[in-house]
Amino acid sequence: MKFRQLKEGIYKTVFAALAYASLLFLVGITVVLFKEGLPVFRHVSAVDFVFGKYWYPTYEPPDFGILPLILASVWVTVGALFICVPLGIGSALYIYELATPAQKSALKPAIELLAGIPSIVYGFFGMTIVAPFLQNVFNLPVGLCAFTGSLVLGIMATPTVCSIAEDALNYVPRSFREASFALGANRWQTLIRVIIPAAGSGISTAVILGISRAAGETMTVLMVTGGAAVIPMTFFQPVRPMTSTIAAEMGEAVIGSGHYHALFAIGIILFLMTLVFNTAAEIISRRFRIRLGLGR
Amino acid sequence: MNKIIVAIALTACAFLKADVYASGSNITMKGSTTVFPISQKTSETFMQKNPDINISVQGGGSSVGIASIIDGTADIGQSSRPIKTGEIEKAVARSIEPVVHVIAMDGIAVITNASNAINDITTDQIKDIYTGKLSNWQSVGVAGGKIIVVSRDSSSGTYEAFSSKVLAGARTRPDSLLQASNQAVMQTVSTTPGAIGYVGLGYISDKVKALKVNGVECSKKNVLTEKYPISRPLFMYTNGKPKGPVKEYIDFVLSDEGQSIIEGLGFVRLDK
Repeated sequence: MKFRQLKEGIYKTVFAALAYASLLFLVGITVVLFKEGLPVFRHVSAVDFVFGKYWYPTYEPPDFGILPLILASVWVTVGALFICVPLGIGSALYIYELATPAQKSALKPAIELLAGIPSIVYGFFGMTIVAPFLQNVFNLPVGLCAFTGSLVLGIMATPTVCSIAEDALNYVPRSFREASFALGANRWQTLIRVIIPAAGSGISTAVILGISRAAGETMTVLMVTGGAAVIPMTFFQPVRPMTSTIAAEMGEAVIGSGHYHALFAIGIILFLMTLVFNTAAEIISRRFRIRLGLGR
Repeated sequence: MNKIIVAIALTACAFLKADVYASGSNITMKGSTTVFPISQKTSETFMQKNPDINISVQGGGSSVGIASIIDGTADIGQSSRPIKTGEIEKAVARSIEPVVHVIAMDGIAVITNASNAINDITTDQIKDIYTGKLSNWQSVGVAGGKIIVVSRDSSSGTYEAFSSKVLAGARTRPDSLLQASNQAVMQTVSTTPGAIGYVGLGYISDKVKALKVNGVECSKKNVLTEKYPISRPLFMYTNGKPKGPVKEYIDFVLSDEGQSIIEGLGFVRLDK
């Protein structure tokens, strides 16, 4: 009896330690990020940093304006949304409502496998096949642009959206569906009026996680968006998102220099953006849950 | 892409550094990321031959390499540029005597899409193209429409050399495509008809056209003699004349075997 208590105690401690470890990592990362990023404001004011139009980190004197980088991230992410939301939610609805069991068992793993492909493979594919293809089709001066980035990122984020949305649809209690049919609603009405609203919190979480995936992606955007640090005016223009800037320049920025701190400061901006997305996802999913009376 | 690998290698090195052997000698090297692959590869082979000598290699940039010699934090400083007057003064003030060793040559080839009719370009034209004064191939004398300017990232050593040799410090036009590696520049230029870019000599292939600059072909011979205008030596700095294991290592880098390794990495070997 005593031995068992001891065992349980050990389990409890170990799992608690593991759970708190993630909190510790988060705090550690945040502290380092701010400690290394904030000194950039010795070189540039916060306003000039966020709203500056020129990114020339290694010139003398340097320009640390990240507005083009922020806008590039926003453009590419919004573009990706237009691809991954319809594709992801559409395929989730198909798998949930229309697919036969055989189709279901083939489609879901196939879509989830898409999520497992390393991003550098997507980047390579985008760079060597998609970009030259788009260049020919739309007669662009250069294939590496925001549009190519959006397209490839959209495809990359689709499995995230699809998989979570499909799970959300599956969590809707059977009784909702049965009640709807009992009231004489047909399959379409049931889907649109009952199932989708009931799964709303999960679907919006799926979309927001899709946004996070697209906004935080690094390798692919580095390879396919062209990397020109200018404020984007059209989708067919090379852009330089924040993540790819950090990835490309971190290796050679002299430690302790303004450039080095500026790259960490970009990391702070990305961190804050992710924080906003995840908070939004949490608030939305909570609100839906309460309205449906599905509170845990 | 290469940069990511370098970054990972650097992090790995930082951890390995803690692993100091009790016996044998240690050599620490820091500096230029352009020279980094040379240091890495030659020290690997050197350590295989001399198991009692342990070399740790770190990046950080040429300035870090030279500063580490002045601060005495490294035995060898890698650099892709000569030491500056200010740095010499600093060294003298600390009674440090930086000694330079030229270990290889590096040339930067100016490349265009293979379909471009141009064969020859001047450094002035390159400067005007990269700073935005010329934006159409017409003004360079060939057909081909808008010029798509492809450059390396602002923190690349190749970019720094190109920028100081050709642009004389002027800013590249903000809409130039900044690519993260030589390979990415190659890929972009080879698939984009109006593109111009530059890569290390070792990366030239028949997928793109390497231009003559001021009438001089970008060949190993012209880089070695510095006839080709965009060539530069690569350096290792030591404090005073190297002794003991540091001397053994530098001699190895300059030996036939060391130079063959350097050539294999795409740089130009120093010929006898």
